Amino acid sequence: MNQALPTLTLKDFATDQEVRWCPGCGDYAILKTIQKVMPELNRPKENQVFVSGIGCSSRFPYYMNTFGFHTIHGRAPAIATGVKLANPELDVWVITGDGDGFSIGGNHMMHAIRRNVNLQILLFNNEIYGLTKGQYSPTSQVGTQSPSSPSGSVDAPLSPCLVSLGSGGTFIARSIDTEAKHLSGIVKRGSEHDGTAFIEILQNCPIYNDGVFSQVKDKKLAPEFRVEVNHGKPITFGQENEKGIMLDRQSLSLQVVQCAGNENEILIHDEQNKAQAQLLAEMKGPNFPIAVGVLYKEEKSSFVTDVYEKIDVPKSGPGEFQELLESGHTWEVK
Amino acid sequence: MQVVEEKDNHLNVNEKETHDVVVRFAGDSGDGMQLTGTNFTQATALYGNDLSTFPDFPAEIRAPVGATFGVSAFQIYFGADDVTTSGDDVDVLVAMNPAALITNLGKLVKGGLVIVDKGAFTQKNLTKAKYEINPLEDNSLDGFRVLSIDIHKQVLTAVEPYGLSHKDALRCKNMWTLGLVMWLFDRDRSATVESLNKKFAAKPQVADANIAALNAGHAYGETAELPAGIHVYKVPKAKVPPGMYRNITGTQALAYGLIAGSELAEIDLLFASYPITPASNLLHELSSKKGFRVKTFQAEDEIAAVCSAMGASFAGSLGVTSSAGPGIALKAEGISLAVASELPLVIVNTQRGGPSTGLPTKTEQSDFNMALFGRHGDTPIPVVAASTATDCFDVAIEAVRLAIRYMTPVMILSDGYLANASEPWKIPNFDSLKSFRVNHYDDPKDFKPSIRDKNTKARVWAKPGTPGMEHRIGGIEKSFETGDISYDPANHQKMTELRKEKVAQIAHDIPLQEVSFGESEGKLAVLGWGSTYGAIHQAVKRAVADGMQVSHIHVRYLSPMPSNLCEILSKFDSVLVPEMNTGQFIKMIRSEFLIDAQGLNKIAGQPFKIGEILAAIVEKYQDL
Repeated sequence: MNQALPTLTLKDFATDQEVRWCPGCGDYAILKTIQKVMPELNRPKENQVFVSGIGCSSRFPYYMNTFGFHTIHGRAPAIATGVKLANPELDVWVITGDGDGFSIGGNHMMHAIRRNVNLQILLFNNEIYGLTKGQYSPTSQVGTQSPSSPSGSVDAPLSPCLVSLGSGGTFIARSIDTEAKHLSGIVKRGSEHDGTAFIEILQNCPIYNDGVFSQVKDKKLAPEFRVEVNHGKPITFGQENEKGIMLDRQSLSLQVVQCAGNENEILIHDEQNKAQAQLLAEMKGPNFPIAVGVLYKEEKSSFVTDVYEKIDVPKSGPGEFQELLESGHTWEVK
Repeated sequence: MQVVEEKDNHLNVNEKETHDVVVRFAGDSGDGMQLTGTNFTQATALYGNDLSTFPDFPAEIRAPVGATFGVSAFQIYFGADDVTTSGDDVDVLVAMNPAALITNLGKLVKGGLVIVDKGAFTQKNLTKAKYEINPLEDNSLDGFRVLSIDIHKQVLTAVEPYGLSHKDALRCKNMWTLGLVMWLFDRDRSATVESLNKKFAAKPQVADANIAALNAGHAYGETAELPAGIHVYKVPKAKVPPGMYRNITGTQALAYGLIAGSELAEIDLLFASYPITPASNLLHELSSKKGFRVKTFQAEDEIAAVCSAMGASFAGSLGVTSSAGPGIALKAEGISLAVASELPLVIVNTQRGGPSTGLPTKTEQSDFNMALFGRHGDTPIPVVAASTATDCFDVAIEAVRLAIRYMTPVMILSDGYLANASEPWKIPNFDSLKSFRVNHYDDPKDFKPSIRDKNTKARVWAKPGTPGMEHRIGGIEKSFETGDISYDPANHQKMTELRKEKVAQIAHDIPLQEVSFGESEGKLAVLGWGSTYGAIHQAVKRAVADGMQVSHIHVRYLSPMPSNLCEILSKFDSVLVPEMNTGQFIKMIRSEFLIDAQGLNKIAGQPFKIGEILAAIVEKYQDL
């Protein structure tokens, strides 16, 4: 696969289509990052397939000069599974949003994750329905005022990373639309993962939910409200990196503590520790920073590998087909 | 028009030689009636009769023993020639318990033979079947010939040497009964012996006990003093064209047809499905054929099934999905995407009784409207219907051909009757089938996903993994020129008309409609589609024999319809359309051809009887 691939650049992955997201949309930044990271993956361009459902994020494939299939609402993981089953050589990417992926398409998302199909799923989570003009979504915080919830939404939101963990996900990560360097690092690691890589990207919708992630995105606020987790490194944050996350062994819950004096108590990130991954995925403001990075990673053979192992039987030709037709009890009429 | 029973013309077994016979095995779900029927069918095929079978089993998986709703039956119609249905009235009824008797006696002709297991007519079982008095002891069976045997006792004696438990020993009673019925019709037991040895290869004493029971049942017929008039019946062999034959169910034939289609197209199939009665067997059948160009995927739901199939088609394989009515309804949005993105897809609809859960294990033809019109937007797709179990093979190949050649979803309509029914099949020679090899587009020069074949109007099929073919498609309207997104009003008009015309022109790529039976003109045409073929054929044949100018026309291509169908129908004074729905195809005939056709509609979950159609023909004919 790695022989003499042509050297490609960001431009090779851009199409001639006019990008039609709203000015200031976080999707622009994600698009740029993905276009930039593609050449670095060193994979044949003709093997890249982007599959999406419906929503603002799902327009993404039209702007990638690869194979792209813009499908129907919520079904991208199912369609992508079919693509990958038909041709496991392909690198199959699913582009989805919080409504597409976790409301109308929640079922397919859950099953693509638990099967460990070997897809890269990029969830653009802006906690709102954008394309249908601003209704609350399954990740919207309680009290979100929207055209369909003028006095504030009452549904409790779900956490995409926690659902992924519960579904048996083997690669669960979180990043931010405008953090190009962080996002591209996560995407690269996801693309190397043998199995379904689930990446939640916190994305700002400047029209219907502007600033919902400002605490984690704002340069001044972020150090207090965001913690980057790296495998084998202590989990610390703060303006001076003075705070850390500690596990309270009595209550099996996390605590924010000052690093000073607690040096040995600060949690070391172990991305293979599922229980810890759950605690980190759950962290949210105002009491906790939001964790970004690879929260969980598990080595497990992928669905497509296992399927192909099972069908790796001697292939039959037309001769064997004739034998099949003539199988069972036959009789000759003269 | 209402369905009425034809009164006379029933068959009987009073003679020593009889032209054709209907036998129905009925018992408890656990009595092994399906296995008994299958073995009798095999022996009958080997004997040389033409035949048709229909298993009739309950929706309950394990109903309480002895319950009327747990009765499982297997019906076989066999005879000297041209058997196309599983028969109207039953000549020989085997009833393994009171519940089987009470639920099936109504199907037995007057004077017919009923074989009962006296040993199962206990007070407990009689109560469960809601018999107040034992029917073997009052005179309620006087109109029939009754062979009442304590099969329980007989089988326990027969299998005693094999040391089975009491329960296991009793499980051999279906084979004892089969042996007796085989004696009755002079069938050879060797194929059954062979299959029992194979089935119980790991438990030789169980195989031996079953074989002993089979032989004991046969010996009972030979040696016991039976009531007068019960003797061996000869059913002359059928005159069928020479060749190699086997029995095949509609489901098997459909599976083999899909595999044949993939071989002829030289393309891999992804068969993606979600379990649903009565369509699941197709998934089972294909799941065990991994040596061929078939991968199967049990999806998380119906929508994922159609979507993953479509993903496979996008990737260059052929996606196939399968379901019954409720599942097809869920797939509708996905099928519309296949129409919009112009990707090949085959959808198998094994119709069952509706609406909603309806009658899952029973048959109906009520998804015609959904097949043709059950999607949003203007979304025409070709629809082909199988008429017999063996026809499923040819229809599946044709669906694959059309899907690939025209880059379109194609729906196959089968039904619960066809899926489970079996009949002898003259095994085709694969080399004689015409290939239709797929060539995926791979020329990067001026490539656009909107390039079309001038003749078929089909969009190019360029698959991922091919350098220079990178392109984007989707559900949003495409520009005719470039394939890019287009909201242009004139373009939408053009694309909608293109999609309509692309399907409509297929009428020139399918065989002209022929008259299935009878003259090409006359007083009455009986027009059918799907699994009503057998019953209409026999009814028309009898009407013609009685001197009526009636013909049978049976349509495979429901959309688009053959270009000469209107012309053929116009040669008849009147048209009768039997359907297992309230009249769906007939609306098409009336609206497209302005023909004042009349319907005959049976919505009972059961196939038409020959007599019902014949009665309608006679009634209609009198008015002409």
